[in-house]
Amino acid sequence: MSTLDFNAELAAAGANVRGRWGAVRFFIRRFPLGAIGGVIMAVFVLAAIFAPFLTVYDPLSTNAAASLARPSAAHWLGCDFMGRDVYSRIVYGARISLAVSVGSMLLGSSIGVTLGLLSGYLLGWFDLIVQRFLEMMQSLPLLVMAIIMAAALGPSLHNTIIAIAIPLVPYVARVIRANTLSLREQPFVEAAKAIGMSERRIALRHVLPNTLAPLIVLATAQLGSTILTESSLSFLGLGVPEPHPSWGRMLSESAAEYVRTAPWLVIFPGLAISFVVFGTNLLGDALRDLLDPRQRS
Amino acid sequence: MGAYLVRRFGLMVLTLFGISVLIFVLLRLTPGNIADILFDAGGYVDPADKLKIEHDLGLDKSIPLQYIDWIGGLLHGDLGYSYQTEKPALEEILPRIPITARLAAIALTFSVLIGVPLGVISAVKQNTVLDYFLRVISLSGLSMPAFWLGLLILMGSVAYFGTIPIYSDQPTGFWNAILMYSVPAAAVGFRSSALMMRLTRSSMLEVLRQDYIRTARSKGASEGTINYYHALRNALLPVITVIGIEAAFLLGGLIVTETVFNIPGVARFLVEAIRWRDYPMVQNLVMFIAIVVVTINFAIDMLYAAVDPRIKYGA
Repeated sequence: MSTLDFNAELAAAGANVRGRWGAVRFFIRRFPLGAIGGVIMAVFVLAAIFAPFLTVYDPLSTNAAASLARPSAAHWLGCDFMGRDVYSRIVYGARISLAVSVGSMLLGSSIGVTLGLLSGYLLGWFDLIVQRFLEMMQSLPLLVMAIIMAAALGPSLHNTIIAIAIPLVPYVARVIRANTLSLREQPFVEAAKAIGMSERRIALRHVLPNTLAPLIVLATAQLGSTILTESSLSFLGLGVPEPHPSWGRMLSESAAEYVRTAPWLVIFPGLAISFVVFGTNLLGDALRDLLDPRQRS
Repeated sequence: MGAYLVRRFGLMVLTLFGISVLIFVLLRLTPGNIADILFDAGGYVDPADKLKIEHDLGLDKSIPLQYIDWIGGLLHGDLGYSYQTEKPALEEILPRIPITARLAAIALTFSVLIGVPLGVISAVKQNTVLDYFLRVISLSGLSMPAFWLGLLILMGSVAYFGTIPIYSDQPTGFWNAILMYSVPAAAVGFRSSALMMRLTRSSMLEVLRQDYIRTARSKGASEGTINYYHALRNALLPVITVIGIEAAFLLGGLIVTETVFNIPGVARFLVEAIRWRDYPMVQNLVMFIAIVVVTINFAIDMLYAAVDPRIKYGA
């Protein structure tokens, strides 16, 4: 049985193209806002990867003489109260946001896919217990769960990834379970059973690949949520600790004291967060419209 | 219906029990405890003093015993006392609940009054410039961190009014009271209104594609009658569910908003209690949040069944 067949999905969405670049051109024409989102995400990822080449100053080095310097030719986005260049900290902060968002999505999705697939395929007592556990986890707002996890694990980059990944598990598991429940009744699964294929092989080789589409949509949609959660945790002092230049922590440091005297410390880190999350939302919406057959008229 | 209610109530109790165990265990994993903080803050040097502090606070008991003590007290209305302030937990929590409740209510009202009408307009004017503009606004609302919006509001307030909205237990005058709550409520409600807008739009578009809408149009009904009499009533059904979910999950946004505006509500108190490893307060606050969320979800399910005659629980 086919896995996520992009050519088939594009054809179903109305594309009449060949090749990878044709698909890209179709996507840009059909979903211009999604293409903008993709560009924003590309800028974000490239900034994170090539941060040392895009900045002049070390994001951690302090300079008392430049404390609270306004934006200028020397410091494009100004300096903070310790004389650290804001532009450099924002560019390097993209690494933190990228690491936390991708890391937590990968970890949360891995656990969620495993639980959802097993739960939807095995059913019975296992499904009952897992579903009750996931409902319990979803009873608390995501940020509250993340705060408690972060407090329990302690402040560090790795613990922040875990603290955000764990609350994501129920969302992923429920989507995968719902998909698995419908897929296990499909004729191709019955056919696989009829020829004597093992349940494990059917689940891994046939059912799991067909859950990729909703997983991609969910992962892209949740990417923005993870970035917002990380920035909120860091703003509260429970996320990524010093000296990592996290965007949320930059806002926390400048929150009350410099709102009047150094507004650039509030504006630019917040713009960075909003811009990237905006891009993920645009891209996520477009992917959902592309891959969700109910959205096609 | 009776059997459904009993089953549902049982599930609620089971969920709350599970959350209580989860939060209790997680807090015991936290590196260090309140005794470490009190020991360091008090300037003690003798480790025997720390052991005494732990004994006084009951932290030297086994974790299952500590859990039983806590749950037993909770069921009798005894929430213990705050390690940080040494006051009864109930005395700390109760005055803060109305503050957070008022903020949440105003934020939810703001989000519904702004989000739902704009969602309807966006759906009715689908694929026009106005629709694209509103969709960009709604996506912006979902993209902006609530605490950043709060900080921007503070900046604007300083720049244009020369002052910032400061919370006060005794607001001077009715309009000052409204302003005091409205500004932070707007900061946290903006995201909710964006979500309402998107969902209302999506729901309206779904309904406008239905056969009975086509029938009404073919019978010569005006667009206004079709949109606001036939379509809107049915489109609001899923929106009601989301309003309930948002009411429960606003607490997440209120945590950062109360911190930015320095409002002494329950949500901000949770963060302070976590920083202090004040176990009784954190446990009680999380259980309070869980009870609120679970109760609101149950109420929304019942409301949904009351509004939509197609839904029958326990049938």
